[in-house]
Amino acid sequence: MALELRGVTKRFPGVVANDNVSLSVEPGEVVALLGENGAGKTTLMNILYGLYTPDEGTVLIGGEEIELGSTADAIAAGIGMVHQHFMLVPVFTVTENVILGQEPTGVAGMIDRDRARKTVMDISERYKLRVEPEALIENISVGVQQRVEIIKVLDRKARFVIFDEPTAVLTPQEVEEFFGILNGLKEDGKGIIFITHKLGEALNVADRIVVMRQGKVVAEVRPEEVDNQRLAELMVGRPVDLTVPKGPQSVGEVVLEVSDLVVVDDRKVRAVDGISFQVRAGEIVGIAGVQGNGQTELIEGVTGMRPIVSGSVLVNGTDVTKASPRQLHRLGVSHIPEDRQESGLVLDFTVAENMILDSYYEDPFSRGVVMDWDDIRETAKRLVNQYDVRTPGIDVPVSNLSGGNQQKVIVAREFDREVDLVIAAQPTRGIDVGSIEYIHTQIVAKRDAGAAVLLVSSELDEVRALADRILVMFHGRMVGEFSPGSDITDIGLAMLGSTA
Amino acid sequence: MTQVDEPRTRPPEGPDWLARATGVGASVGRSLLLPTLAVITALLIGALIIAFSDVQNVPLLFSDTPTALSRMWNEVATAYRALFLGSVGSVNAISESLFAATPLLLAGLGIALGFRAGLFNIGAQGQMLIGGVSATYVGIYVSAPAIVHIPLTILAGLAGGMLWGGLAGLLKARTGAHEVITTIMGNFIALFLVQWLLTTSVLQDPGRNNPQSAALAETSHLPRIFGSQYRVTVGFLIALAAVFAVHWLLYRSSIGFEFRAVGSNPQAGSYAGMNVAVIVTLAMAVAGGLAGIAGANQVMGLQPYKASPALPGSVGFDAITVALLGRSNPIGVLWAALLFGALTAGGRAMQGAAQVPIDLVVVLQALIVIFVAAPAMIRAIFRVKGGTEDTTPLTSGWGS
Repeated sequence: MALELRGVTKRFPGVVANDNVSLSVEPGEVVALLGENGAGKTTLMNILYGLYTPDEGTVLIGGEEIELGSTADAIAAGIGMVHQHFMLVPVFTVTENVILGQEPTGVAGMIDRDRARKTVMDISERYKLRVEPEALIENISVGVQQRVEIIKVLDRKARFVIFDEPTAVLTPQEVEEFFGILNGLKEDGKGIIFITHKLGEALNVADRIVVMRQGKVVAEVRPEEVDNQRLAELMVGRPVDLTVPKGPQSVGEVVLEVSDLVVVDDRKVRAVDGISFQVRAGEIVGIAGVQGNGQTELIEGVTGMRPIVSGSVLVNGTDVTKASPRQLHRLGVSHIPEDRQESGLVLDFTVAENMILDSYYEDPFSRGVVMDWDDIRETAKRLVNQYDVRTPGIDVPVSNLSGGNQQKVIVAREFDREVDLVIAAQPTRGIDVGSIEYIHTQIVAKRDAGAAVLLVSSELDEVRALADRILVMFHGRMVGEFSPGSDITDIGLAMLGSTA
Repeated sequence: MTQVDEPRTRPPEGPDWLARATGVGASVGRSLLLPTLAVITALLIGALIIAFSDVQNVPLLFSDTPTALSRMWNEVATAYRALFLGSVGSVNAISESLFAATPLLLAGLGIALGFRAGLFNIGAQGQMLIGGVSATYVGIYVSAPAIVHIPLTILAGLAGGMLWGGLAGLLKARTGAHEVITTIMGNFIALFLVQWLLTTSVLQDPGRNNPQSAALAETSHLPRIFGSQYRVTVGFLIALAAVFAVHWLLYRSSIGFEFRAVGSNPQAGSYAGMNVAVIVTLAMAVAGGLAGIAGANQVMGLQPYKASPALPGSVGFDAITVALLGRSNPIGVLWAALLFGALTAGGRAMQGAAQVPIDLVVVLQALIVIFVAAPAMIRAIFRVKGGTEDTTPLTSGWGS
């Protein structure tokens, strides 16, 4: 009873999103669908889930053609999907979310809550998906929310489950747990399609890897036949350098000096609990750590986005403990914020407008309050070329660009000036391999040009590839310092708070 | 009637980027098509309402269909002829239309500017009152030649409105109080404040006991532009200038860049070094200032040149509709205000000539707004092939 796509083609105005794609998944098999953003993975899955109708080609289950006109058809056919952005009602409980849309009813159409709760508990126990049936979605972690999504799919009797970038929102521990759940589903005979652009994950969990590029299936391999390097090449379509070439280091003066820093989070908990470190000119200091250990608050405190409770921050000897983001900008500090869509960009604004978002008021973009759009457009055009931003033009809203290109807009804006200090938070989260390679090169170029770089990333591989020194953060404190060549297990242990 | 000078390198505005990317001509054609169709649809439905509002037509339709149809046709034709002639059919009609459009345009611009800065300003009514009373004070007590007195009185209106709007902005910036609440409450406070002020000896018309001010000095009256027998005043030209001023402010100045950035994504604004609290306060003040000028217009531009608590009429609320109809774009607001002005002037003529109640004009306005607000419906009716629908919310909801 395999699920199969045969010769599927889907065209959108101007693009062929899927070009004669064939793919199958057997019960009890995990197929990784690997490809860069825009390769057509999501379109393909939306066809499977009944959201799009293919222009050509067919979907078959057990060799029989099925008609998928809507998601209801897909669910009826036993196909379930766990979306990248969860489809949950935050103010409903776990149980309420699971039954939403097919509520079990009792007398006079009343919802049979006991039955609903029992269903949730049954699935939860059977697949080791630990949840609290009466907890509100808004009060539980992202990892648990994902389990609720999976329970929802299982409650709808799915035989095939599609996961769209399931690990993008998870912490490393949650990823491990998730892989455990995936195995449970597999052993139970579910057929799984796992969409990802992370090479390591595909190699780790898949029985088969299908690589897509520009709407076509370009390769179908078994994980034991390939390695990271080969997969990346298949995905991008050209040789990719996964190691970042760095020049010899020439360390200069201390640029950033953080002493006894204390910052509280939104709930007034001390998220940064007395941290001290220095970053010198010409070095990249990487902060590793499991997400949620105070890295966000540390960066926000240092960059003037969140008030500092105590301690001090010096940039080139100037006290900037109370400085605003603008004052820091003027002191030659560049900041790639953690969340490009929340903070880094105004999505409704055009590429050109975003290129000047933090320098719009300065000469030559403004004289007094009069903006000089000729100059702004010139600059934007130059930056788009220079930083390889793939966009139809500088006048389209930045929301139309892919994640990688949005990030390049930010990098262009932040790097195209003399800077002494670069603060980069999760600079490559959720973007394609080509853009990651490019942004890494740019960060190293800034270091080679003599800037101090503070890098925060939850991707340990990224920190190891870029940093000259690695600091590990745990529960708001620095718990260890490592060189990039250190044993990965030692760093990993420190990230979990063990001081081995 | 007005040629809008679009600078060649003007940065794109609003969400209608698709049209802009394909060229200015296409943009104008596309952006006017749907509103025009919306007006036509509203007029067609209005025709049905007129035809059937004469109750005699209904039984006649069954007994003598041709007579009934011809009666209906005549009634609709008479009404719409009057509406047309009363709005653009003569110098006086045009004057009346522009006269009615003037305060709508000024207040509508203020509300549109607020929308661009992410603020839902319901307080134009109160801002007009405070602006109007401030202008009244200067109009009565300052004695100066008209060339000085008129600008001074307008400035007083601007200042009053800015104060009232800025107060709501400050409350939002400092305490997070939602501007929808504070501006609505501000409307009530302004109303009763003005009622009281107009009974004080400072402002009250001597010999009266209701809240009404003395007349403004003649030197502060806005001159009529088509001659003394036509009511439209310099106020319309000021409103027209305000269209360009607001357009310039929003799309050519760094202040407008800040307004729009903070309006669209305050967190990104703050990351980019903008002082969100100051920007929110300033945006509300400017929005209030424009409504304040509208209030000044109501005491400087129409007889008997006296302030009363009723001076805004329903302009402060109609202006919200005008701003929405104009999609919060200054040029769009201009067209919307002209349309509403014409409907008001034409509606009065229609009532006189065809005994069609002026309420029909309100119905027509409502229908136009509904159809403009629901472009998908118009596309479906007229089978317009469309690109992506503009679904950008003009204002965020109640969340802080």
